[in-house]
Amino acid sequence: MVDYQPNQVLATTEYKVIGSRPIRHDGADKVTGQAKYGADIQLPGLLFGKILRSPHAHARIKSIDASKALALPGVHAVVTSADWEQPSGKVEDLAEGSIHNLRFLSNNVLAYDKVLYKGHAVAGVAAEGAHLAEQAAALIEVEYAVLPPVLTSEQAMQEDAAILHERLESLSNPGLRAGGYKSDSDDSNGTNVANKFDFKVGDVEQGFQEADVVVEKETRTAAVHQGYIEPHTGTAMWNTDGSLTVWSSTQGHFNVRDLLSRMLGLPVSKIKVIPMEIGGGFGAKGIVYSEPVAALLAKKANRPVKVTMSRTEVFEASGPTSGTTIKIKVGATKDGKLTAAEAHLTYESGAFPGSPVPGGCNCIFAPYEIPNTYLEGIDVVVNRPKSAAYRAPGAPAAAFAMETAVDELCEKLGMDPIEFRLLNSAKEGSRRATGPLMPLVGFVETLNAAKDHAHYSTPLEGPYRGRGVASGFWGNGTGPASAVAIVNADGTLSLVEGSADLSGTRVAFAQQAAEVLGIAVEDVKPSVGDTESVGFTSNSGGSGATFKTGWATYEAARDVQQQMVARAAKIWDVSEDDVEYVDGGLQHKSDPELKMTFRQVAARQNATGGPIIGRAGVNPGGAGPCLATHIVDVEVDPETGKVTVLRYTAVQDVGKAVHPGYVEGQIQGGTVQGIGWALNEEYFFNDEGHMVNSTFLDYRMPTVLDLPMIDTVVVEVANPAHPFGVRGVGEVPIVPPLAALSNAINNALGVRLDSLPMTPGSILEAMWAKEEAGASK
Amino acid sequence: MAEVWIPTAMLPLTQGQQRVLVEGRNVRQIVNNLDKQFPGTKARLYDPEEDDLLPGVAVIVDGDASQMGLLEKVSEDSEVHFLPAIGGG
Repeated sequence: MVDYQPNQVLATTEYKVIGSRPIRHDGADKVTGQAKYGADIQLPGLLFGKILRSPHAHARIKSIDASKALALPGVHAVVTSADWEQPSGKVEDLAEGSIHNLRFLSNNVLAYDKVLYKGHAVAGVAAEGAHLAEQAAALIEVEYAVLPPVLTSEQAMQEDAAILHERLESLSNPGLRAGGYKSDSDDSNGTNVANKFDFKVGDVEQGFQEADVVVEKETRTAAVHQGYIEPHTGTAMWNTDGSLTVWSSTQGHFNVRDLLSRMLGLPVSKIKVIPMEIGGGFGAKGIVYSEPVAALLAKKANRPVKVTMSRTEVFEASGPTSGTTIKIKVGATKDGKLTAAEAHLTYESGAFPGSPVPGGCNCIFAPYEIPNTYLEGIDVVVNRPKSAAYRAPGAPAAAFAMETAVDELCEKLGMDPIEFRLLNSAKEGSRRATGPLMPLVGFVETLNAAKDHAHYSTPLEGPYRGRGVASGFWGNGTGPASAVAIVNADGTLSLVEGSADLSGTRVAFAQQAAEVLGIAVEDVKPSVGDTESVGFTSNSGGSGATFKTGWATYEAARDVQQQMVARAAKIWDVSEDDVEYVDGGLQHKSDPELKMTFRQVAARQNATGGPIIGRAGVNPGGAGPCLATHIVDVEVDPETGKVTVLRYTAVQDVGKAVHPGYVEGQIQGGTVQGIGWALNEEYFFNDEGHMVNSTFLDYRMPTVLDLPMIDTVVVEVANPAHPFGVRGVGEVPIVPPLAALSNAINNALGVRLDSLPMTPGSILEAMWAKEEAGASK
Repeated sequence: MAEVWIPTAMLPLTQGQQRVLVEGRNVRQIVNNLDKQFPGTKARLYDPEEDDLLPGVAVIVDGDASQMGLLEKVSEDSEVHFLPAIGGG
């Protein structure tokens, strides 16, 4: 039994710097307001851009007349989709690994012939002031032919549904999330189903025949927004040599560069993207909205232009996650062994193809060893803003279906939910429902840690109180990454890396470099390089940055080590083979008198051959998956239906916590977002497809006043594919809360809520329905 | 020989066989040899213009999503899957 303290780290390997909690290098700038975010950019002659957005959810654009706007003094340019070439509808793998259908993407940035959601960008205007730009945008006259909106997947899949894209190709390939465009010769009927695919392992019918208990249900989740504090913003400036400089709030400045290159028809060498500090992204800042419009306006106005969204624009026109409907069936023997599972996942992608339904399929059954499985994923376009990635894209809704079904199975079988999960847990070598075998994961360890936690054994007393348990999986990502380590003469290291810092990754990279070189983390000066200062680095997403750019940092520091060995050998006039790098310094292998510190060699670098610069470009495999188990206690007010979260414990395998404080922060932040998704948040549309709660006043996200301390237990099952055992940690904490809360509410009230959010109103209705059913018996 | 798992959408090309044995020391050879056994499969996996796997096709060898694509090494007892690349947030 572990004597758990709040925020416990169950470490298995100790290092000197890895696992410590240094103050972040950018901390002082962040807390004193010195840090520069995207909208802080000021340039001589800067103009302010404003986007004119569609007032309709679905309409054909008949004409656009900007003459009145352009006649307004101080207005310098108006742009529409006519200002750039329409790309082909072919799915493309941009040279460096990100997959897009550029026609859909560019039509989302500026509508072409149709507007497909309220808030869809129609035109951009640049003026000498933000308010003037707003006034000018209002003067642009757009004539629309309004069409009926299709707001849900059910409506969109009806035979007589209005069609969003006349040339949408219905694919059967989960890899082509970006969506297909039909060839001109293809005259098949129009559809709103962008993709439909399946996965099959074993014999699911046979599996259900072997089951003694079967649970079958349908769950629904509402679209929710990522809720980052900083709105999307982009500033563009054309230089006299025809090159373009862009300042962006983004999770991937190289991706911004590559997308701008394709959309504007410029080579990547002509575009420099400078990443600004980022006020939250959670997946949705991996794509472009403002930057291309700013670039078009800047070109036309011949002056730099900044385009910054308002909060309402963020809600109405940047990606929320998908609304989902999942039909699930799960069977087990009377001893609690899972025999079969089947799920049909339908995700609304918004106005263009590309919901995270493949991610949902990848994760839904992943925590478990199930011999027979069938999965079907359906991606449907609807007249809502194009969905974007949100922390573990696709997985929370999938886990909501599976983990509530597992809870029902446990109830029917009379089994403890953690014991049930231990009996069926996925482990290294388990066959996954998508086919491959599971690599080494720490699910059993998180379950044991949850079972041993005082939270789980503490009795929960009182009426209307309940406890829920749920688990979750996320596969974690990787990709190309780069780092450059420059040794300074004063014995410090300037570390330039390519990952946008969303979550304190700068300090995590500095820690990995410091660990390799045996120097203090304070002596490493990390910075995020722009697209001309460091090699290509894929987006900070998929919980991949600390893994992949950590690898690059590790290799760059090893490169420094080797160069220092060579310099010491030169100074001592001995063979490099006789010198080793030990404990932050150089040492002769057999002569104990010959020793130099890192700082001493650094001071002599120019006289021994010139600057010492380590560098690495990597594309590592083996990003180990991550599993988590959450326990939550709630109390429901029977008068109002309000749910109060009394206690919350999140247990997660993290591989190795490089900076435990920031790992805990990721777990707590993801959990809180999951709680909001479960209890409060939803896009509320009226019949015309207008979002009617597009402010933070009406779109209710939980705050610190709504929640107790989120206690964390960091379990370390090292990832064998990383030098320090790192796994991504940022996404999986949002996966279990939806189901954990539903299970807790059921435990409190005896009613199952299968539709999110579980608002006070829906809880009261469920309670009244239960009372009526009881009375009628 | 490596065991190749066939994506559901390609099962008509392998007469419904979900798992097939294919010779090959790397993914390129696996793709080529799979096509010899089951004509048409290569066109579903390989982009001749780019000399690469098609956009959106990820190859998983022995449980690990490969970062090397066609160049990824495959051993005699490897298990090879062609699956979607799953993006994160």
